[in-house]
Amino acid sequence: MGPTLDFLTLLPYASELLQGLTTTVMLTVVTTLTGLTLAVAVAYLRVNGQPWVRWGLSGYVEVTRNTPFIVQLFFIFFGLPGLGIKIDAITAAFIAMTLNLAAYSAEILRAGISATAKGQLEAGRALGMTTLQSYRHVVLVPAFARVYPALISQSIIVMLGSAVVSQISVFDLTYAANFIQSRNFRSFEVYLLITLVYLLLAFGMRRSFMLVGKRVFAYQQGEQR
Amino acid sequence: MIEFTFWDILRNLLLATRWTIVLSLIAFVGGATVGLVLTFMRLSSSRWLQRLTALYVDLFQGTPLLMQLFLIFFGAAALGHPISAWWAASIALTLFTSAFLCDIWRGCLEAVAKGQWHAARVLGMNYFQSMRHVILPQALRLSIPPTVGFSVQVIKGTALASIIGFVELTKAGTMLNNATFEPFTIFALVALLYFALCYPLSCYARYLEKKLYDAGLR
Amino acid sequence: MTLVYVDNVHKAFGDLEVLKGINLSVAQGEVVAIIGRSGSGKSTLLRCLNQLEKHDSGKITIADKQLDAASMSPKELSENVGMVFQSFNLFPHKTVGENVCLAPLVVRGEGKTEVEKIAREVLEKVGLSDKYDSYPAQLSGGQQQRVAIARALAMRPKVLLCDEVTSALDPELVGEVLRVLEALAAEGMTLILVTHEMGFARDVADRVVFMHQGRIHEEGAPSELFSNPQTPELKQFISAVL
Ligand SMILES: Nc1ncnc2c1ncn2[C@@H]1O[C@H](COP(=O)(O)OP(=O)(O)OP(=O)(O)O)[C@@H](O)[C@H]1O
Ligand SMILES: [Mg+2]
Repeated sequence: MGPTLDFLTLLPYASELLQGLTTTVMLTVVTTLTGLTLAVAVAYLRVNGQPWVRWGLSGYVEVTRNTPFIVQLFFIFFGLPGLGIKIDAITAAFIAMTLNLAAYSAEILRAGISATAKGQLEAGRALGMTTLQSYRHVVLVPAFARVYPALISQSIIVMLGSAVVSQISVFDLTYAANFIQSRNFRSFEVYLLITLVYLLLAFGMRRSFMLVGKRVFAYQQGEQR
Repeated sequence: MIEFTFWDILRNLLLATRWTIVLSLIAFVGGATVGLVLTFMRLSSSRWLQRLTALYVDLFQGTPLLMQLFLIFFGAAALGHPISAWWAASIALTLFTSAFLCDIWRGCLEAVAKGQWHAARVLGMNYFQSMRHVILPQALRLSIPPTVGFSVQVIKGTALASIIGFVELTKAGTMLNNATFEPFTIFALVALLYFALCYPLSCYARYLEKKLYDAGLR
Repeated sequence: MTLVYVDNVHKAFGDLEVLKGINLSVAQGEVVAIIGRSGSGKSTLLRCLNQLEKHDSGKITIADKQLDAASMSPKELSENVGMVFQSFNLFPHKTVGENVCLAPLVVRGEGKTEVEKIAREVLEKVGLSDKYDSYPAQLSGGQQQRVAIARALAMRPKVLLCDEVTSALDPELVGEVLRVLEALAAEGMTLILVTHEMGFARDVADRVVFMHQGRIHEEGAPSELFSNPQTPELKQFISAVL
């Protein structure tokens, strides 16, 4: 086989590609929402929780940040059933991605909160708000706005990292690629195409995040550099 | 079937950890070398070189590391020169690392205040003198914490080499799992070993960052 | 003797015309204070004088040598024109002594012992000889600015440009820097300073130049200019700042 590219042999597999794409996109959308939500809770509790809560959460964040995603995924999918907790592949992927994104984002948010919190918290207290109320109404949004670019990047990293969920047989984009190349033996073309799709997904994600950011953080348009 | 005790498992995992470390070192040293060249290409006055390096960085940061591995592994085969998983993993991780380090280092060079360039210029220094005596020493100090921090990403990245059949820590874990069916113990141990490699580096990076911060440089 | 000669200099940033034909000549040993509203082009003029900005048209000569990339190297330029910035711009990774010695060493290629001797001299002049081995971060703002002045002097420039060198300082630190400049003026150093310190301009400057919308709107001896402004713009400016 000479070094020629032949993308036409991919055509019959359009439906597999579509299925893979759908799975990757759905997983990403859902875990971005759950992951960021969980991150807010973790970031809040790491500052304001009981000592043992703070301790436990620090452990979770550090372990997650210092082990490979694929090992986390294997631990959840293969390891937990050993304890009698049975989960299917897509659920394992969902849990692993959520926990992973939440750990990184909680750390990012914590930086944003500590940069924002002091003055805002005092202002909130002066207005008679409780800590939780202050967070909800006057700390969280500015903190989020401050670290929003880092959160975008982290969400994209998790999306790209989700390629390894194919290893537990989740039918995502990479799984589709593996599937197709095992049939048509055109591995290079397949992976090139899929890589391009990931690139477009990353690009699209950044764009949509920025559009959302523009609306949500519209109040600070004036001060944006 | 062979019986594995806990200690057999641990011993096998520890042996495999060596290859994780070796691959990480190759990727980091290779990546730093290529990354250094890229950083200077990025800073050169040629618009073409700037664009080219920016594109390189965007491509590697915008695609999964797993795909980069596959493309190199299968791409080499498609070109008629099949390479081993060793080579594929080393090359892919080197390129991946170089793109991120280039981005980090460029950021550090740009983080040195514009006024420093002006002051050097006004004192009569040319580009290279300014770079050497004024900008680089400051950028270097800024770059150490994030560079150490990124080494953690490199170590974690090597886990993906398991997917193309390179036997390092993660692959050893899955192989042992297939032989023993003790997934909980094995993957907990695998995670623990990665943690033992990565956590000290993370702490060191944080310590260095704090030191810079306290010195008023950040 | 004319040291700095500026002839019909223009400078625009895109569509924004910032300098619209500046004519100015400064004699050897003269102290010229440039005043004017924010955005009138004072900094831009100063930055053209040492080519941090390239002027679009017109001619600038220093000691009869034309100022442009073709006829003056950065090294030569730095031996003619020194500059002190509002934000000090000291090199934070080098000690005070190293800050002062760096350019004479690497740009002029002078010997280490000689350079160190000069460094001690100029630091003495700004009253900081005891800070030779300190790092900039260990000094007060006023001290840092005095180091910056010493660093510029170590290149022995013919003229020293100062762009609002006291604006970033706490009020109680302004005096020590102004006293250093005053002493330099008394020694015969040629100074061109952009300043908001009207009292200083009145007491120390030989001539005050009022810039308005990219042009030199009015100039003259400080006593005359401040007590008897001719144009409504200068009148308004003076009443606003005094
Ligand atoms: N590099 C640049 N690019 C674009 N515009 C510039 C640049 N530098 C200065 N300007 C503009 O040129 C005009 C004059 O600026 P300049 O800094 O010379 O004013 P100034 O008289 O020094 O004011 P100030 O008292 O505030 O320092 C301003 O409108 C400024 O925004
Ligand atoms: Mg100015």
